[in-house]
Amino acid sequence: MSGTSAVFKREFQGYFSTPVAYVFICIFLFCTGIFTFYVGNFFVRGQADLKAFFSFHPWLYLFLIPAISMRLWAEERKSGTIELLMSLPVSLAGVVLGKFLAAWIFAGVALACTFPMWITVAYLGDPDHGIIIAGYVGSFLMAGGYLAIGSCISAVTKNQVIAFVLSVVVCFLFTVSGAPMVLDFFSAWAPQVLVEAIASFSFLRHFNAIVEGVIDLRDVVFFASLIALWLFANAIVIEMKKAG
Amino acid sequence: MLEIRNLVKRFGPFTAVDDVSFKVGKGEVLGFLGPNGAGKSTTMKMIAGFIAPTSGSVQVLGDDVAEAPLKTKAAIGYLPEGAPTYPDMTPLSFLNFVADARGLSGAERKRGIDAVVEHVNIGHVLNQSIDTLSKGYKRRVGLAQAILHDPPVLILDEPTDGLDPNQKHEVRELIRRMAAGKAIVISTHILEEVEAICTRAIIIAQGKILAEGQPADGGWRIGDHFAEPGRLDAVFRTITGGPAKEAA
Ligand SMILES: Nc1ncnc2c1ncn2[C@@H]1O[C@H](COP(=O)(O)OP(=O)(O)OP(=O)(O)O)[C@@H](O)[C@H]1O
Ligand SMILES: [Mg+2]
Repeated sequence: MSGTSAVFKREFQGYFSTPVAYVFICIFLFCTGIFTFYVGNFFVRGQADLKAFFSFHPWLYLFLIPAISMRLWAEERKSGTIELLMSLPVSLAGVVLGKFLAAWIFAGVALACTFPMWITVAYLGDPDHGIIIAGYVGSFLMAGGYLAIGSCISAVTKNQVIAFVLSVVVCFLFTVSGAPMVLDFFSAWAPQVLVEAIASFSFLRHFNAIVEGVIDLRDVVFFASLIALWLFANAIVIEMKKAG
Repeated sequence: MLEIRNLVKRFGPFTAVDDVSFKVGKGEVLGFLGPNGAGKSTTMKMIAGFIAPTSGSVQVLGDDVAEAPLKTKAAIGYLPEGAPTYPDMTPLSFLNFVADARGLSGAERKRGIDAVVEHVNIGHVLNQSIDTLSKGYKRRVGLAQAILHDPPVLILDEPTDGLDPNQKHEVRELIRRMAAGKAIVISTHILEEVEAICTRAIIIAQGKILAEGQPADGGWRIGDHFAEPGRLDAVFRTITGGPAKEAA
């Protein structure tokens, strides 16, 4: 336990001891702003809600989350610090968890920095705050899903660029598997069960369900088990790859 | 305190460590010698629990590294080859991290950090980013990390590599001072270091132990060879690859 919190603390402070955190948060805020107000036609829609804001999160995360996760393990392996880390009396699960939580909370901080959006809609109209809270919860869960994928893939390679590109690709698959275009493609020839199965893996589908304002346990369980599964794979990959 | 039995490590078809066994008791400083690629670092990684042996076992204070890794890791101080540290941290935050991870707290932690900072002489760079330290200072920080929790077993992979002559001397003194209550294994390519601090030496090459030696009759006796003071390198060469006597 003390090991996990030590790893968490080191990682989390690490984001803020370099410009990484500030650059990331600025880009995140800038992009959410652009997408919500220009691409999402926030004002034209004339609705006091954050639907436009949240609807771009999957696509933003697709590129921004792998940028956080790419260094998690790749750097450790490249610089040899993984050997030091593994010689400390901390279980592998503890280290994987500590690193993941640090990245996740950091993503949460970036997400929390978007609160002026909320204030804006609250000022301009009379939004349903419950739905907005659900949106934030859903977005945070989804960020965790992307991060767990990115963390695992970062353990596969010593090269951060490769880790980034691979993570984007895998995250993309998990995102679009629920998009109408993809499902249409499959439903043309594949059995309905398969189409259903593919769609059920989609981040979009579960995220959109939550953003509608209903935090269904099934959607939460989806993200939680997805995170657990990828982190488990993460530990296995490290176990296999650490020597090389 | 440290016992290694029939340790084997294969990387694919390549055997890096081939049936290595030895024991290190309290108060001993074992010098682990051998040419590049002999398997020294690989053996040490297995002791530290970083990589798992293909076969064989490592016991630290009676616990098996494979069975109780957290317990043995707590008892070991390990300086990996190249002394890796986190470049974006300062020595102080790095040592704090290691102390946290090792569960040191309160007075014990402060005492530990103060002591190692003094031992390896890094007091004046404590708040400078490790990135900007010279190679020797980075190594000192790595060494500080290994001895922070005053471990009963110390595994040091080339601890004095890259240090200036004064600091080499300091580190050797430090190892000698700590030796009394500990079992220490150091790998090194500096044979005068073996004479200066080791109570025993093992020479390995291509993963196999070739010879074992200790000080005797004012010099060193290694296998069938005797080295006058300062002449260990000649014996090392003979054993590890000089005239190929066994080939005949
Ligand atoms: N992960 C690995 N995969 C494949 N081969 C490896 C791996 N690690 C080490 N080896 C090989 O095992 C052998 C022993 O390496 P090791 O690092 O233990 O040597 P060493 O005795 O520490 O040498 P040096 O004096 O150069 O530090 C080398 O031939 C090395 O190439
Ligand atoms: Mg080595």
